[in-house]
Amino acid sequence: MLGNSVLSTLRRVPGALFIGLALTGAALAQQPLKIGFGMSLTGPLAGNGKAALIAMEIWRDDVNAKGGILGRKVEFVYYDDQTSPATVPSIYTKLLDVDKVDLVVSGYGTNVIAPAMPIVMQRNLTFMTLFGLNVNSKFNYDRYFQIMPAGPNPAVGWSQGFFDAAMSMNPKPKTVALVGADAEYPAMALEGAREHAKKTGLKIVYDKTYPPNTVDYSPIVRAIQAANPEVVFVASYPPDSAGMVRAANEVGLKTRIFGGGLVGPQFAALKTQLGPLLNGVVNYEFYVPDVGSRFPFLEQFLAKYQARAVVEKVDPLGFYLPPYAYAMMQVLEQAITATKGLDQAKLAEYIHTNTFDTYVGKVGFAKNGEWAAPRVMMTQYHGITGNDVEQFKKPGRLTVLSPKEYRTGDLKAPYHENKK
Amino acid sequence: MEVSWALLANAVIAGLLLGGFYAAMSVGISISFGMLDVVNIAHPAFIILGSYIAYIVNDRFGFDPIVVSLVVSPLFFLLGAALYRVYYYCFERRGQESLRGLAFFFGILFITEVALVLVFGVDYRMVSTRYGDVTWRAGEVDFPMRLVVPFLVSMVMVIGVQLFLTRTFFGRAVLAVAQDQLALRLMGVNPVRVKELAFALSIATAGVAGSFLIVIQPVQPAIGREFIGLVFAVCVLGGMGSILGTLIGAFVLGLAESFTSTFFGPSWAPAVSFGLLLATLAFRPSGILGR
Repeated sequence: MLGNSVLSTLRRVPGALFIGLALTGAALAQQPLKIGFGMSLTGPLAGNGKAALIAMEIWRDDVNAKGGILGRKVEFVYYDDQTSPATVPSIYTKLLDVDKVDLVVSGYGTNVIAPAMPIVMQRNLTFMTLFGLNVNSKFNYDRYFQIMPAGPNPAVGWSQGFFDAAMSMNPKPKTVALVGADAEYPAMALEGAREHAKKTGLKIVYDKTYPPNTVDYSPIVRAIQAANPEVVFVASYPPDSAGMVRAANEVGLKTRIFGGGLVGPQFAALKTQLGPLLNGVVNYEFYVPDVGSRFPFLEQFLAKYQARAVVEKVDPLGFYLPPYAYAMMQVLEQAITATKGLDQAKLAEYIHTNTFDTYVGKVGFAKNGEWAAPRVMMTQYHGITGNDVEQFKKPGRLTVLSPKEYRTGDLKAPYHENKK
Repeated sequence: MEVSWALLANAVIAGLLLGGFYAAMSVGISISFGMLDVVNIAHPAFIILGSYIAYIVNDRFGFDPIVVSLVVSPLFFLLGAALYRVYYYCFERRGQESLRGLAFFFGILFITEVALVLVFGVDYRMVSTRYGDVTWRAGEVDFPMRLVVPFLVSMVMVIGVQLFLTRTFFGRAVLAVAQDQLALRLMGVNPVRVKELAFALSIATAGVAGSFLIVIQPVQPAIGREFIGLVFAVCVLGGMGSILGTLIGAFVLGLAESFTSTFFGPSWAPAVSFGLLLATLAFRPSGILGR
């Protein structure tokens, strides 16, 4: 009797197990896929951070509208890193240990990506990052990926177009001044610029950094002028970019080419505030309306972004960072879908070995996780009148000098002649 | 680098202009911290608030930001008076001003920042003025109006505050509060009322300094934190409670920054400025004009 009962119970076990497993699987599928990150929502780079967050939220809403990834709705868990590298380690530790997120991605910029790296590496996570310049050169982490199109040698690729433009001048320049803020990104950019100077035989006549809270930049520009360089490469963050451009105009800086690595003029706020002062400046961009036809899917994204940006009081143009923030998430989405899971090793391997269709075009990654080929557009401002934002929405205010396939015109030098 | 007279003259002018701006930012701290012994760590937050008020009026109506700040300075005065009342009743009266008062002002700093983020967003804001992009040149010496106009108004404000404190009965009462509150009470003067009005004056100067800041550079809500060290350094260097000392301290730091940036490299500027502060305190612990 007892034997029959035990047998009958045992016969039911596989069925019960199957139902249990099926229910667990279904429950798991119902659980949201949690992606964690820190983002600069206050502090000096909050304007960029918030714009990136909007783009990522648009991606999340688009994905969830299609039913999520692997049947799981996507949910974000994020914290404000206050644009302070010191806050980053604790944020990522909390995301992983307390919030138990499934994946992590980075916040905006070199300064906050670098401090997250040791934690991410310790846990062997695949790490998609947003606009870090040459971060992996120090870590050599094989699961690191970066969405900014600086190319496999980012420090050099970043300013390649600037130095190509400089060396295209006739006669060729002989001297260069390098200046930037005391921070992670400018340090990397200046490192690359030094390599270019070495390669091209340019003599460095000024090579200095300044504290990020500098108020008046005119003494710096005067010191540069005193060194009389033909090329001036600047690597700066938004407030100092404004300060450097203003000081160059006030001092009447006479040089042949000026700019290169100014962060800030890519956004509407600085474009409109500086207005005609930008004429003649050569600087990097990742998208300009003049080459809009090369980015056919971007219009759709920008329409969504710009509507939200006005409400949330961030960069109303969204040409610089937001499309790439969206593209970063597209890469992750395609990798998860293709590998059918969240196995970090498989995700990294898939991202390394495939190319991805994104809003910013086809993206493939080199061995060090950077873009396989650089696509930093070096542009020159011209013909800007007044401070109206509308002029920047249409083609005609920026000449694309490089890369070749996007080129729309030639460099106009010297810099100060563009002011007339 | 070849040191020319033009470079030297420009370094002096840039240092003085910068010093004038630093004086405007620090004069309020000299009153609240130096004279009233109120560690108003939130002072830079009121400077940024002043920047944003100047920005919004300039953006909507096109009025000059510095004129706007002068017009709205009575509102800052009232805000300062109200803030001191809260501080007095919650902390000072109970003798808890040292640590809890400091936490209170930290709180005010963060609340102001968050409020500005919610209202204006986190993007950088700047103003447009007729003189913002104009530079006068006298030979090879430049006078950028973006710095000259704030400098001139700052000088009027700081000298005005100095005259007010030294030539009026109320001003002398403020100086008396700084020295001996009990003696003031024995003479029939209410020291709390005197401190309230003096603190209000310090906040009014912060509002005006905010308009200078946004004329000089773009601002975002958290930028005030970068100036906390500077304003206290100017105040201590000049001598606690001395407006004239604050002015001299501001010029010393402005000139040090300008000369270091021009001749040795800008990254040395903070080290030189704070090195000067330490050296001054070592040889003259009460500051340049401190008693």
